[in-house]
Formats: sequence, structure tokens, C-alpha cells
Amino acid sequence: MRADLNVIAQWVAPQARVLDLGCGDGRLLRHLWHEREAPGYGVEIDDAAVLGCVENDVNVLQVDLESGLSLFADRSFDCVILSETLQTIHRTELLMREMLRVGREVIVSFPNFGHWNARLQVALGRMPVSETLPYEWYETPNVHHCTIVDFEDLCRRLRVRIRERLVLHAGHPVTFLPNLLGSLAVYRCTAG
Amino acid sequence: MNAPHDPSSVGAVTAQKARFDKPLRLKGGAELPSFELSYETYGELNAARSNAVLVCHALNASHHVAGFYAEDQSNIGWWDNLVGPGKPLDTNRFFVVGSNYIGSCFGSTGPASINPTTGKPWGADFPVVTVEDWVEAQARLADHLGIERFAAVIGGSLGAMQALQWTLSYPERIRHSLVIAAAARLTPQNIAFNEVARQAIMTDPDFHGGHYYDKGVVPVRGLRIARMIGHITYLSGEAMAEKFGRLLRRGAPGFDFDVDFEIESYLRYQGDKFSTYFDANTYLRITKALDYYDPAADFGGSLSAALARAKAAFLVVSFKSDWRFPPPQSREIVRALLDNRRIVSYLEIDAPGGHDAFLLEDARYHNALRAYFGNIEL
Repeated sequence: MRADLNVIAQWVAPQARVLDLGCGDGRLLRHLWHEREAPGYGVEIDDAAVLGCVENDVNVLQVDLESGLSLFADRSFDCVILSETLQTIHRTELLMREMLRVGREVIVSFPNFGHWNARLQVALGRMPVSETLPYEWYETPNVHHCTIVDFEDLCRRLRVRIRERLVLHAGHPVTFLPNLLGSLAVYRCTAG
Repeated sequence: MNAPHDPSSVGAVTAQKARFDKPLRLKGGAELPSFELSYETYGELNAARSNAVLVCHALNASHHVAGFYAEDQSNIGWWDNLVGPGKPLDTNRFFVVGSNYIGSCFGSTGPASINPTTGKPWGADFPVVTVEDWVEAQARLADHLGIERFAAVIGGSLGAMQALQWTLSYPERIRHSLVIAAAARLTPQNIAFNEVARQAIMTDPDFHGGHYYDKGVVPVRGLRIARMIGHITYLSGEAMAEKFGRLLRRGAPGFDFDVDFEIESYLRYQGDKFSTYFDANTYLRITKALDYYDPAADFGGSLSAALARAKAAFLVVSFKSDWRFPPPQSREIVRALLDNRRIVSYLEIDAPGGHDAFLLEDARYHNALRAYFGNIEL
């Protein structure tokens, strides 16, 4: 599994009700069900990924995250997960609010645009391409890149309380200068 | 492709009939003293009796779901692309039951059947039947076949209403419900189309208030128009444009009222064909069953409260181009299931076929059904 997914899996309490937004083929949900007995639903828009979920026997709902989470009642999940999907969302603020509405807790992971390698490539006049940012600018699904500092600013603005943060590079935790040396950030947040 | 040697076809099949002599009390208050149901089966019921799948049909179809009749090989089942050996609903693994419903004109007890109290066809006196009544009758059929619990019940459109109602009438007798191109309750717009169809039939001079059997006539004009309006709503505008465009039948406008455009020719053909095999009294009753269906009605309009009884796992599928049963209506079902923390997956397939897409082969749709059925434990 991807490094951030391992972190996320450890943060999900046993038997928690989980909503995984942009769940891909459902491997995290399947893992959570087998390891934590945590039942869940995935939300995914891509046809191939949705089929993967059905094949993996994971509950999947093919709806567009951009239109919010109107399928889900307030506080109907213990944990709402958005793993490496934040940067693909157009209406970021709306989705953050919606996640905090339907979940008691929110886990978000994203590629850190503040990583030195990205900064260097921009400084040299090019859009960055790396392991965590694997797309050329003309084919990327990403629309809203942010750095660790940017994300924490947004959390303050939305009155989101950060409960836990783990910054990674190449699968290993980064504690020294995380916004410069970390390529992937994972947050556990709650409202207020 | 469906020639007798096609290994993915269930091959030649025979329609069967089951007779039930215990009276059936209908939702509308009437009682059928006895009734018959037509059905077909494909595959084998396993020893544990755990592999039965009920297929419910929509408005104009029948229990003839798959295969063909030896005496009429061109009469291929309406969901033959889904049901057969190695197909998404694999008859090597599942025992598939195609059930007709009461009120139909395909062999089950209906308006054209003989009313035992008068010795004449029921005609207009045949009661209005509901989706709930159909499920009651199908439950009797399940008893008759020795099926305590269905592995799954599947249907599209009106068939999906039955698949949903099964989870409410008999929550313990169904493990999976596949609800396709569905609505838990019709919108006024949808009811409006049904009403136009009924008016076309009932204002046909050959309708005779529903007692036309002994007059030797059929309200052909009404049936034709009913079918034409139905067909318009089953296709998406996109599919219609793709299929017919503005093509002219005679190459140039005729400046008369014969067929000009291909779409006119298509609708007339479909209307003519339909009026030769479908019964007008049946059409009236089936559209009423569609209009009346609303499991939330007894729960103050709350679909969530209505579905609290359901225990099955659900697969809900809608098609983006379907404007007769559009995706928001399926999402309403999904939302109610989520409120009840049911197991549910929902697919919204971007297929161009309109409401009819549920009958068509689409890789995304069929692969998902194949995967879903594949994960059903026997």
C-alpha cells in the first residue's frame, strides 16, 4: 500500500465507520475491513476504479465529489478520508466543510508542493514532476496544489483543529523542516 | 449470434406455469380466488438451494428472459445478453427464475383470463394490481420452487421496483437486491406520461370500457399511441439523434402526412408491432402499478423510514442519459439506504441509451454486474 495509506489505516479506530473519498479501487477500505473491522463506503467517479471496488467487494458510490456530499447525513461517519485527492478538487473549501459535516473526524493527505524538489524545479522555470507529483502540467488531474503551510492556513480559516500530522518522504517520517523535506503530508482533523 | 449452438446461450427453453389455489388478497382490496403465474428457469438449483436469482421484468417484457423457443428460434429472451452460461448472470453458477406477474398478458392470470365467477374474460373487471401484489405472487412461486431465500432479485425499471419491494415484503428471503434504472416513486412528470398512454387507450372507440374481448376488436390505435409515447421517453435525445438524425424516409419531404422522417417510421413500426401482441387492459394496469408504487407513502413520505426494514445488500445502477427514471431518483434510494447503514453500492453509468440502457450491453455496466454476481457467496 501507499505510504500515506499505511498511516491512515493506523489512525482509523477499530470498528469505525469510514467514508473514503476518491477511494480508487477500494484497497484501503478493504484493508480497513480486514484489519480493523471498520465498515465503510468509498466515493469514486472513475469507471475503472469503481469496477475495481465492486471486484474487491467494497461498497462504492459513483458520485461527483465536486457537488458535495449530499448523499450523506450529518455526523454519519466516524472518519472521512481524503487521500491524495485534495489537490484534484475544484471546490476545495466546500468539500472540506462537507467532510466536517458528515464525519466526526477527517483524515487528509496530499503531496506537499513545498518540498525542496518542487521548489527547485519551479525556481529553474519548470512545473515540477516527481514521485509524488508524477504528471506533466498538460495532463495532470491536479488543479489546486498546496504546501503544508498553505493547508494549515486553510484549516485555521475554516476553524479546523489539527489533531495529528505526519509528514513523509519516500515512506519515512520527516520531522526536521517538514515543509521543505517532506513530499507527502497526512493530517487528522476535527471541527472546532 | 444466438443460434442453437451458441455456447453462451441457455439454448431452447420452455415456459412453465404454476397454479395457486389459495386466494390472493390484493393491496387494492380485491381478492383473486386463484391465479396462475408463468415463469421460466435456467441453470440448476443447487443442493443447498442457495443459488436462486429472481429476474423481474418491466412493462412490456415477460418471463422469457433468456434463450429461445424451439418452435420460434427468433424469439430470444429480453435479457439474453445478461443471462446465460458465462454471462454476467452466469447460469453455470446460478439458478435463474424469470417470473411473469399477475395482470400480464403473457400467460399469467390477467384481464384476458376467464373470470371463474362469470365464465367470461375478466376484461375491465380485473382488479388493479400493485408491485406489492406481484411480490406476494412471486413469493408463492418461490415456495412452489422450493426456494426459501433468493441469493438475489434483479430488475430494471418496473422490475427494479419489484427487486426493491422484495427487500421490504420479505427481508429475510433476499440476500442481494439489484435495483437498476429505478425510482422508488415516480415523479409527476413520469406519471403524466403514463396518463397520456392510458388516455390514448381509453378514448379509443374500440376500447369499449375494457370489455372488448367479446366484441372481436382491439383498441389498436390507443395501444399504438401509448407505445409511441413510451418509446420516446425510453430513448435519450442523443440516442435518437444518433440512430435517426433527420433522415428522410423518401429522400425528400413529401409535403403530406405520410412518413417523412425515419423517427416517424420507427415509432409507427414499434406502435404497430406492440398493438399486435400486447393487451390494452394489461397496459392500463401496469402503468397504474407504476404510478401507485411508493413504499414511503406509509411512512409520512420518508423513504429512509420505509427502507429501515430492508436487510439485503444492494447494488443500485442508473444511467446518466435516462430522463424517464433519471439518476436523482436512484440517488434518493441510495441515500435512504445509507441512512439505514445498509450495504450498498451505486453506479451511475455514462451510457447514451436513455432508459433502455439497462437492456443494452455496455462493458462498464455488464462488467460491474459480473463482478457483483461473482462475489455473491453460494
